[in-house]
Amino acid sequence: MAGSSVSVDLSQAMATAPVAAGDWLVVAPSLITILGGSLCLMLRKNTDLQPKVGIGFLGLLVLANLALLIRVLDHGVITMVMGSWLPPFGIAFTVDTLGAMLSLIGSVVAFCAGVFGAATIDNTGRRYGFYPFLLLLMTGVCGAFLTGDIFNLYVWFEVLLISSYGLLVLGNDRIQLDGAVKYGVLNLVGTNLFLIGTGMLYGIFGTLNMADLAQKVAALEDPASGTLATVAALYFLAFAMKAAAFPVNFWLPASYHTPNVVVSAVFAGLLTKVGVYALIRVFVLILPASRGYLSDVISLVAIGTLLTGALGALAQSEVRRLLGYLVIAGIGSMLAGLAVGSTLAISGAIFYAVHSIIVMTALYMAAGVMEMMGGSYDLRKLGGLYQKSAAFAAVFLALAFAVSGLPPFSGFWPKVMLVDAAFSDGRVWLGTAILVSGFLTTLAMGRIWIFAFWRGGPEGTPDGQTAPVTAGTAVSEAQLSGGAVWLPLGILTALVIYFGLQPEWMLELSTQGASGLVEPLGYLRSVFGVQG
Amino acid sequence: MRTIIFRTIAPFLTALMVLFSVFVLLRGHNEPGGGFIGGLIAASALAIFGIACGVASVRRALYFHPMSVSAFGLFLGALAGMLSFFKAQAFMTSQWLIFDLFGVEIALSTPLVFDIGVYLVVVGAIGSIALALEEREID
Repeated sequence: MAGSSVSVDLSQAMATAPVAAGDWLVVAPSLITILGGSLCLMLRKNTDLQPKVGIGFLGLLVLANLALLIRVLDHGVITMVMGSWLPPFGIAFTVDTLGAMLSLIGSVVAFCAGVFGAATIDNTGRRYGFYPFLLLLMTGVCGAFLTGDIFNLYVWFEVLLISSYGLLVLGNDRIQLDGAVKYGVLNLVGTNLFLIGTGMLYGIFGTLNMADLAQKVAALEDPASGTLATVAALYFLAFAMKAAAFPVNFWLPASYHTPNVVVSAVFAGLLTKVGVYALIRVFVLILPASRGYLSDVISLVAIGTLLTGALGALAQSEVRRLLGYLVIAGIGSMLAGLAVGSTLAISGAIFYAVHSIIVMTALYMAAGVMEMMGGSYDLRKLGGLYQKSAAFAAVFLALAFAVSGLPPFSGFWPKVMLVDAAFSDGRVWLGTAILVSGFLTTLAMGRIWIFAFWRGGPEGTPDGQTAPVTAGTAVSEAQLSGGAVWLPLGILTALVIYFGLQPEWMLELSTQGASGLVEPLGYLRSVFGVQG
Repeated sequence: MRTIIFRTIAPFLTALMVLFSVFVLLRGHNEPGGGFIGGLIAASALAIFGIACGVASVRRALYFHPMSVSAFGLFLGALAGMLSFFKAQAFMTSQWLIFDLFGVEIALSTPLVFDIGVYLVVVGAIGSIALALEEREID
């Protein structure tokens, strides 16, 4: 290690320049969620107050993330070193456009889930701690997006995993525990691989700061050396597990249909994308050379993921399981961007991640509404939803078009970018796989549309006839009549339509995020400028 | 486990262990000890009291639910790091308040507040697990 023989001079080890109050926005998302989460935990028995406090803090989180993104766009990359200890030894939070953008979208989704949960989570679920877990999950998610230290990234992964275990077993059903065991075991293996890789990385470079690592890796004479290749392979496997990439994707369809639908919505929106974010961050910023020689492997994995996801979705007749496979297909698209690795491809992957966070959450919420209206998640038992609510049918159709990548919705633009990047890089099979997967997804969504919306009633209803409209249970009617279900679904659908019609803003942000990773000068200067 | 010897000695043992845990917590800044290990000692004190005199009496003695104690610790820990905001320093930069009290130098600091937070988190989390396990055994 570089500094081991030099005696420590405190003024060189600590930041002395005053920190602008605006830079505190870097830690604000983690702080708000920790304070809110612990407050909700103290109020655990007060089931009326808890949603108000929880949603209030989630709203604050959205505002803080919005302010953070604006500040990053104004001032460039921001770094704050915890306890004033300078990197590479102190832990740094370094926020670039990519991190701030994903953190903002993630918090919007969490806010929507908090509102949706006010209607669908009963008092037992609240006492089990839905709101504390949701807030602490966001601590982990935002922390992972904002940190500039790879071991710290591991810690945030643990924070979000522990909270997600709690959310997964909310209610203690047998089927939930079964799903949680599968989810838990695979994720534990993944985090351990991540930890082993991080240990090896520290052994090689003696630092865990991402900017420092990026510099030291770039200065290596032989960036394809064996040890570094091992680290890269370990990281790829670990993050691919988190992202549910083929062939380590089986835990996702096995667990995502078990919890309350709003929990599935948050998971589908956020958890796998944190894995993708980690892949992009590590392989584009820190280990670009390793990404170069792994690109064929990543490409194969991406093709496998795209096709497994889409084919799996076609084979399902349970709406939530079907959506689970669509989450996997989306991960394939983002991996395709990583495999190509050009600025266009990475920005396509980032745009796709944003789109996927919004649309998958909205689709799971829509599945929840379908269950409230039709009494089941089974396509065989659903039917006649168009008659019940034409407006909801329109919302679902918009989301279905978006997830399939059809214009004019948010899924179209990133797919265009990814396919363009893949073909211009000469990866014909990869580009074709994205298109085929999009086509199969359209078919899968078309099945839901035909069975649940177009058909007059459940299976067995003759063509052209409509089954009598049955009233739902008292509980589901009460849930549907309040705004708590429709408001979040409306916000997310509006975002999907907005990003479809006005993609320029998002295009610019994701291009800026991608070029900040491919040429990380601003990132490095932000971390080490503090020293000078 | 409810022998008369154990039941007689357990309250004293618990009191002693809680006192010792506070001592370990306070000496932790510069010497071995600290919030985590102190919290473990206090949690085992609660566990011993629970084994000897029943979980219900522990819960009565604690007054607050262990989980709430844990949450308060987390809250305190986060607040401790925020004090440096007012001095335009980075999150978690330590702040010190050193003064003489009857000729003894007392050093109060935000790391101490943070450590107390850690102590409460550990007491609450481990304590609630221990009490839940003991409750099952008795039923």
